[in-house]
Amino acid sequence: MMQALDIFATASLWAAVLRIATPLIFGVIGALICERSGVLNLGIEGIMTMGAMVGWLAVWFGCDLWTGLALAALAGALLGLLHAGLTVTLGLSQHVSGLAITLFGASLSAYLFRLTVEVGTLPPSIAPFQPLAIPVLSDLPFVGPVLFSQTAPTYLALALVALTAWVLARTPLGLAIRMTGENPDAVAAQGLDPIRIRIGAVVVGSAIMALGGAFLTTAAFNSFFPGMVQGRGWICIALVVFSAWQPGKALLGALLFALFDAYQLRLQHVVAGVPYQLFLMAPYVLSILALVLVARRARVPEALMIPYRRGER
Amino acid sequence: MRLERRADTPLVLAITAPLLAVVAALAISGGLIALADVNPATAYAEMLRGAFGSRLAVTETLTRATPLILTGLAAAVAFRARLWNIGAEGQFMAGALVAAWIGHGMLGGVPVLLAVAGVLLAGMAAGAVLLVLPALLRLRFGVDEVVVTLLMNFIVLLVVGLMIEGPLKDPLAFGWPQSVPVDRALMLPDLVARSRLHVGFLLALAAAAAVWALQARTVFGAETRAAGLNPVAATFAGVALPRTLLLVAAISGALAGLSGAIEVLGVTGYVTTTLSPGFGYAGIVVAMLAALHPAGVVAAALFVATVFVGADAMSRATGVPSFIADVIVSVSLLTMLIALLFTSYRIRR
Repeated sequence: MMQALDIFATASLWAAVLRIATPLIFGVIGALICERSGVLNLGIEGIMTMGAMVGWLAVWFGCDLWTGLALAALAGALLGLLHAGLTVTLGLSQHVSGLAITLFGASLSAYLFRLTVEVGTLPPSIAPFQPLAIPVLSDLPFVGPVLFSQTAPTYLALALVALTAWVLARTPLGLAIRMTGENPDAVAAQGLDPIRIRIGAVVVGSAIMALGGAFLTTAAFNSFFPGMVQGRGWICIALVVFSAWQPGKALLGALLFALFDAYQLRLQHVVAGVPYQLFLMAPYVLSILALVLVARRARVPEALMIPYRRGER
Repeated sequence: MRLERRADTPLVLAITAPLLAVVAALAISGGLIALADVNPATAYAEMLRGAFGSRLAVTETLTRATPLILTGLAAAVAFRARLWNIGAEGQFMAGALVAAWIGHGMLGGVPVLLAVAGVLLAGMAAGAVLLVLPALLRLRFGVDEVVVTLLMNFIVLLVVGLMIEGPLKDPLAFGWPQSVPVDRALMLPDLVARSRLHVGFLLALAAAAAVWALQARTVFGAETRAAGLNPVAATFAGVALPRTLLLVAAISGALAGLSGAIEVLGVTGYVTTTLSPGFGYAGIVVAMLAALHPAGVVAAALFVATVFVGADAMSRATGVPSFIADVIVSVSLLTMLIALLFTSYRIRR
């Protein structure tokens, strides 16, 4: 029992929390931007897989790590554009289109990967982002390894949360995005174009999701394999609901989730005799429980999943 | 120029739309095959040969179509009532797991026909429970069933892993993670000698006919369609929405569970975590290509099975990665979505 509690006093646990949370932070912020404009993006799982593949492949072919991330974001943006074309321009079912994008993104990444890279007995690997070594700060006891020795994309993710929160709450653009998610007719009455705003939000949101995937292959691990996103995208969709569509709470949700995940990984070594599958199951069960707890109180964007057509009410 | 909703879709359009969608998907995927320095026409010819080139190939394609017909029906039934069941993958695995569990020595003295029916029913029950739960969560707490059913797929797969490494572990499998085998007597008989094609294929066709009859010929069928098209109007017309939704969930989940149970009794005889190469997710594509019609589901399942079986043979012959099968199937879903736009809307100037 004491051992189970001792885990919380280790810096390695809290350092792992930020690391595990990073792809979720990218994913949940991307999904949140899409949904705030009124578009559910179930393409997230495939977009993250595509980001993971493209980011990795770019570095494999000699690009530097940041170019890899940029190309991953571009690939995500293109899949987002496809989703926006189908759901916003054509007004098709956001559920089915999103799933189609997920299946397409996942299968296309697997195909292109297998086409370009020879896979032997060991998966080919790249030199990933290294933990930062900030003078003085990284050497501080406890907070050093936890807060100041992460890889660079983790800080990018945190910066994106702040930027998204500021844009949504404090800028005319953010107001337009939020209004489009609540009442697109009102946006049109202001002389703005709800369709363009939605397309923009979905493209940007999808690019950010792809960064979450790219983090997996360029920072958390150093190789790519199909299926490596393992439901992280779906967990992000659940986290958006849990966060009540607020960037700050989304960050909190991702961190809580990662804390749980990091803790169960360590608990496996302490608690003997419990099948490891039960620990692996916990994050998914937790996501469902979180949904049940907040669903009743959730303030869903009014126009979420309702296509907007000009001149139609 | 604007879009106007059609009152109903002409039959010609309903049949040509999916065909055009498939042709477009094959053209787009052809470009990706060309990236592998292989002539797409050669590749597609190899695929057709791989799927239909011999008696064995044909039986393999029909064997592969069997679970796809059932998961396709599962998705079609649910989607028609706007119940977004994305959990057919998990329901399939649950049906398979329960079939292996019950089928291993538990039905010793029971007459074979009854015992087989019992195993299939148990698989159906497992699948049904897995979808009724999320449906209840939606009705009671307003939880979106899409995310719940998706997450449950991962949970079920872990439960299967837990069971086949624990209570249902086959001690004779040399440490290979697979479940105990079902009793030999319970295995579904072959339809064609020296092939894997089994009676389950006929059961799947019967299920398609039953779903068609249910949807086209009963009040319940009309109610589910009404509930899907316009829930508010349906309520005014006296449809008890919660009851309808739960029934739809039970039927859809049962079909996916049946798919898993039949795969165990018909093909493998045991369960592994890799039993399904994505039958549940492919079922969604099958249902959409079929425009949610049961007869269309059979045709679409045959198409998807052809792609899967054919791609394996084509990959061996030409070196194009067999992942192209998943690409073709997912692109078909994208093109079909666009095709559906033209079947349900017309363009007015």
